[in-house]
Amino acid sequence: MNGLKAVFRRELAAYFETPLAWVFLTVFALAAPSFAWRVGDLFDTGRADLAPLFDFMPWLLLVLMPALAMRAWAEERDRGTLETLLSAPIPLWASALGKFLAAWAVAGLAIALTFPMWIAMNYLGEPDNAATATAYFGALLLAGGYLALGQALSAATSNQVIAFVLGAAACFLITVAGLPFVLDALSARLPGAAAEALAELSALARFESLRRGVVSLSDVVYFLSLIGLGLGLAMTLIDSRRGGGR
Amino acid sequence: MILADRLVKRFAGKTAVNEVSFEVKTGEVLGFLGPNGAGKSTTMRMIAGCLEPDAGRALVNGRDSALQRRAAQEQLGYLPEGAPAYPAMTPRGFVRFCLRARGFSRSGLDEAAERALRLANLGPAAEKSIGALSKGYKRRAALAAAIAHDPPVLILDEPTDGLDPNQKDGVRTLITEMAKAKAIIISTHLLEEVDAICTRAVVIAGGQVLADDTPAKLAELGADNTIASAFRALTGPMGETVGRIRGGRAA
Repeated sequence: MNGLKAVFRRELAAYFETPLAWVFLTVFALAAPSFAWRVGDLFDTGRADLAPLFDFMPWLLLVLMPALAMRAWAEERDRGTLETLLSAPIPLWASALGKFLAAWAVAGLAIALTFPMWIAMNYLGEPDNAATATAYFGALLLAGGYLALGQALSAATSNQVIAFVLGAAACFLITVAGLPFVLDALSARLPGAAAEALAELSALARFESLRRGVVSLSDVVYFLSLIGLGLGLAMTLIDSRRGGGR
Repeated sequence: MILADRLVKRFAGKTAVNEVSFEVKTGEVLGFLGPNGAGKSTTMRMIAGCLEPDAGRALVNGRDSALQRRAAQEQLGYLPEGAPAYPAMTPRGFVRFCLRARGFSRSGLDEAAERALRLANLGPAAEKSIGALSKGYKRRAALAAAIAHDPPVLILDEPTDGLDPNQKDGVRTLITEMAKAKAIIISTHLLEEVDAICTRAVVIAGGQVLADDTPAKLAELGADNTIASAFRALTGPMGETVGRIRGGRAA
């Protein structure tokens, strides 16, 4: 646990020692309400809820989470500090988890910056706060899934820009996998079972039910599995640089 | 104690380290010499647990650095090639991070960090961002992190590269003082360093050990009885005439 705590503290500090976290938080704090107000017509729906905010949340997260995750391993490789990390008696899982939790904490802080909108909704009407809390929980899980995927692809390269592009592409694919136009296009080429399986992999479909306030164990397990898969892949890629998994 | 036992490492089918063996006992400073690409850093990475050997083993105080990696790494301090560090951190922050990762906390952490920063002679630079420091101070920050937990084994890849003559002298004095209770490997291109601080030297080229002896015995292999001439004789274009030498004797 010492290694995990040390890496978490260092990573969290690293986000705020550079402009990255500040820029990220500012962009998120401006973009999320802007989409909800300007595109989602938040105040024109006649309902006291944050549905327009959560409509756009996955699309915002799929761009911003890879930006947050791109430095995780790519920067270590580029600067040579990966060797410092690998020569310390820290288990690889602790390094990967410490990096992930630090990025997730920044993502959580960003999502929390939209709380004033929730407060405003309570001032203007009587929103379903339990459903809204569930939607926030879903957004946090979705952000975690995207971050883990981003971290895995960050481990695949020493170039942060490439890590971002790969991460955003992977997040996009896993988001749109269950959309009707994708399924329609694929159902003509894939067997029915494969198309259905692909739909089950869609992060958007899983987020949709949480967004509506429905907590399903399978959805939570899906996101936790996505996080585990991303971190496992990152660990495998980093360990392979050491020369194998003996 | 460090034991490299027939270490082999290949990259993309090319053998970078080929059955390298040597031993470093407590109290010894081993100079690891060789031209660029000789396999020095790869060997040190394998001992430090950053790379796994394709064959052979590296033991750090009896712990296999591949099979008992964490136990071996707890015993060693490692200064990687180029002395990498996080540029946004201060040397103090970097040293404290490395200590925390090794389980140090509270007063133990404070004392160890202060001691390391003092030994590395960082002075006021300890509070500046590493990215804003000169090459010499960056190297000293990484050196402070390597020695902070007072390990019994030190692996230092070019510890004096980029330092000014005064700084070099300071680091050499520090290594000599620490050597009494530690087993130390330093790689260097500065051959005068071998005379200054090493009790033994290993010359490596093409991934193979060409010589392993005391600096004085090694110097005898050169035309003018200097380490430099011995190095040229062993690793230069005419090196093959000297042949492969182990323990001071031609193989």
